[in-house]
Amino acid sequence: MKLTLKVWRQKSANDKGRLETYQLDNVSEHMSFLEMMDVLNEQLISEGQEPVAFDHDCREGICGMCSMHINGEPHGPDRGVTTCQLHMRKFKDGDTIYVEPFRAKGFPIIKDLVVDRSAFDRIQHAGGFVSVNTSGNTQDANAIPIPKDDADKAFDAATCIGCGACVAACKNASAMLFVSAKVSQFALLPQGKVEAKQRVLNMVEQMDKEGFGNCTNTGACEVECPKGISLENIARMNREFLKAACSAE
Amino acid sequence: MSVLDSKIPEGPIAQKWTNHKNKINVVNPANKRLIDVIVVGTGLAGGSAAASLAELGYNVKALCFQDSPRRAHSIAAQGGINAAKNYQNDGDSTYRLFYDTVKGGDYRAREANVYRLAEVSANIIDQCVAQGVPFARDYGGLLDNRSFGGVLVSRTFYAKGQTGQQLLLGAYSAMNRQIGKGKIQMLNRHEMLDLVIVDGKARGIIARNLVTGELERHSAHAVVIASGGYGNVFFLSTNAMGSNVTAAWRIHRRGAYFANPCYTQIHPTCIPRSGDYQSKLTLMSESLRNDGRIWVPKKMEDVEAIRNKTKKPVDIPEEDRDYYLERRYPSFGNLVPRDVASRAAKERCDAGFGVNETGEAVYLDFSSAIMRYGHEKANILGEHDASIERVRALGEAVIEAKYGNLFQMYEKITDDNPYKTPMKIYPAVHYTMGGIWVDYNLMTTIEGCYAAGEANFSDHGANRLGASALMQGLADGYFVLPYTIGDYLAHDIRTGKISTDLPEFEAAEKEVRDRLEHFLNNKGTKSVDHFHKRLGKVMWDKVGMARNEQGLKEAIEEIRQIREEFYKDVFVPGTMNEFNPELEKATRVEDFLELGELFAIDALHRTESCGGHFREESQTEDGEALRDDKHFAYVAAWKWTGEPGKQELHKEELTFNDIELKQRSYK
Repeated sequence: MKLTLKVWRQKSANDKGRLETYQLDNVSEHMSFLEMMDVLNEQLISEGQEPVAFDHDCREGICGMCSMHINGEPHGPDRGVTTCQLHMRKFKDGDTIYVEPFRAKGFPIIKDLVVDRSAFDRIQHAGGFVSVNTSGNTQDANAIPIPKDDADKAFDAATCIGCGACVAACKNASAMLFVSAKVSQFALLPQGKVEAKQRVLNMVEQMDKEGFGNCTNTGACEVECPKGISLENIARMNREFLKAACSAE
Repeated sequence: MSVLDSKIPEGPIAQKWTNHKNKINVVNPANKRLIDVIVVGTGLAGGSAAASLAELGYNVKALCFQDSPRRAHSIAAQGGINAAKNYQNDGDSTYRLFYDTVKGGDYRAREANVYRLAEVSANIIDQCVAQGVPFARDYGGLLDNRSFGGVLVSRTFYAKGQTGQQLLLGAYSAMNRQIGKGKIQMLNRHEMLDLVIVDGKARGIIARNLVTGELERHSAHAVVIASGGYGNVFFLSTNAMGSNVTAAWRIHRRGAYFANPCYTQIHPTCIPRSGDYQSKLTLMSESLRNDGRIWVPKKMEDVEAIRNKTKKPVDIPEEDRDYYLERRYPSFGNLVPRDVASRAAKERCDAGFGVNETGEAVYLDFSSAIMRYGHEKANILGEHDASIERVRALGEAVIEAKYGNLFQMYEKITDDNPYKTPMKIYPAVHYTMGGIWVDYNLMTTIEGCYAAGEANFSDHGANRLGASALMQGLADGYFVLPYTIGDYLAHDIRTGKISTDLPEFEAAEKEVRDRLEHFLNNKGTKSVDHFHKRLGKVMWDKVGMARNEQGLKEAIEEIRQIREEFYKDVFVPGTMNEFNPELEKATRVEDFLELGELFAIDALHRTESCGGHFREESQTEDGEALRDDKHFAYVAAWKWTGEPGKQELHKEELTFNDIELKQRSYK
């Protein structure tokens, strides 16, 4: 395949940034998108130019490190995948592909396609945990049976990889899908009930502080989420929030 | 000649850990606030250690090179975590888990450590459930189990094919609680580049802030290395792109012995490689061998027909398929340990029966399981005369519920539908049993420097059983290190804060700066990846699944050659004080180039076969690995003497009091 790439280049957070055009001649349809980017970088290095900086690590769709806005969609045109799992067979010979960083106020750009997603970590610090120390003396794991349905739903919410595609897809740059996934996981499990009220209030407060927008039920986040995290989680978080806010001391 | 003291406690094996815990020093809570600990790496071992140490009251600094601790590569572990809970009432016990692990490791692990691991395994599950880790449950609401290779009981707990993710998010949540309290200072996008030793003790590190490029000095009373394994020395592996040996290698160069570097696990079920551009290999969980049957055609004409696409695998009749694991190992069948399964696949492919264009692939077939589950489900639904199509559809739904995400991952990568046609798989580098030598307390040969998880060598001998890596990482971090580190730190309560202005910090920082500047000023012509790929090819061809004297000697020569060229001709663009991924890669590959040589030297010196280390010169008549207990029942721990490839061998003799040394058999 021959491709034309329009890639966002930005030296640092303070640089203005612009799209640069690159030609690639020998792209195999079996390559992953990131392997195609490797080929581009190898070409740039051999020409003595600076390669394109992008985040990536596990390259099997689970670490959540890779980002990239490809042709206007986070993680590109395929569904249920991260950029590292997107394969070039989804594109055609002669295509022009636009590659940009995730764009949101809460995700400032570090360089080229690399953004700072530490806001997500700070939201988790505010309440994304059950307060239990390591002791080895917690009760037996089977002491509290949990209905399979609840356990499965909690698991589905917990599969969020924290990549930020939901924020990048949202016209309001809202982080509601991400935050609600963690709130839901714990709200569905008995272990999470004790701190449920404080958790949802604290996490939502931090989310607002980080400059993420509100949810207006468009549903773009759910469509673009590589793990298929459901909008139902946002509804559950809203209920949890309302319950907590109404009964707060 | 040995200077290695493993510090194994006295007493019967079942009481060692309890006795040891009762006798070791404890730091009082007020004094813990005066003590700093650095933890490098935030996977299961590092994350759980950082959280537990902070809960105890120590001031913890944790580093990860990723943008968040949640992204450490433990996240990619799929199948599950072992624990001797015996919930299935199938005869499991601490002793049986201990026995299976020692046997699975081909009798090259330290008994006392493995027993402790089995002992605390049950606590891990309790702890994780209390944190809200959503393990798979059955309809009664209780925890479900599955089987893994090399054992005869069901003791593996799991969360679909994402067990590592869920356990890591559990440890991450425990860290978050402490970060929120200010007890952990989290340094994301930071990489440790050297260890600082003051008066013979580990007292800090030099790290690079990967965003600004600045070098930073961090001091502490103890340093924990939990930076994972070194499988990426092969370039292509199932490890993450950033997984590296640098933290472990840098402490090795400062005096930590490196143990058994040649013990590497080649995982039997990975997606085969497809081209030169490939950047990594993807694992398909071992749990798939619960239900998948591995085969190649019996007849060469079928192999050829498949390769030139005139036949499909489903066209090969049952009697013309060679289910070679079931044939060779009737009692364990498809669930033999990883090293055995990998070698058996290589044997068939070397004999010409590989089923793809490269001749390096075998089938993993779910059609029997789909029909078996389908019939079961039809019976439950009362559909006793269901059609074949209906049964297949019901069966596919069961398989999807069990392995859905793995099947989806496979389909995305290969564009093949594994519900309809068998998966193609081939072995790939996955895990490294070797690592930094540690004593029973997980302390390295440098005082105050610890190693945990995959970074140390301790528990898996020459081969790790499936679902035991997660167990070891969490055991080290949650339940071992928090106790044993106190024993050492109890002597440090009056030391006070360590100054980063000490000349030792100054000197270490200068060394790091010189290394980095050398790369940036080198102005060679080839990229870092160019050298990494060449190293990987030598490692795979000559230090891979089967090794022999001649190949290993050639490998050592070739690695030296590549290293020389690397220093002369590598080109690293950009500057020091900026986000510069090529510079990060350069220092990592530099260390891989030194480790690779030691790896081959270790493999050359160990003329026996054991576990994942297969020397062609040492095999039984039917091609099984042949151990040499008389000469090699020891841990090979290598001491840095100032130059790569010139390490000095020290031996820790292994004694087996509770398990009889036997030739391993899974037949």
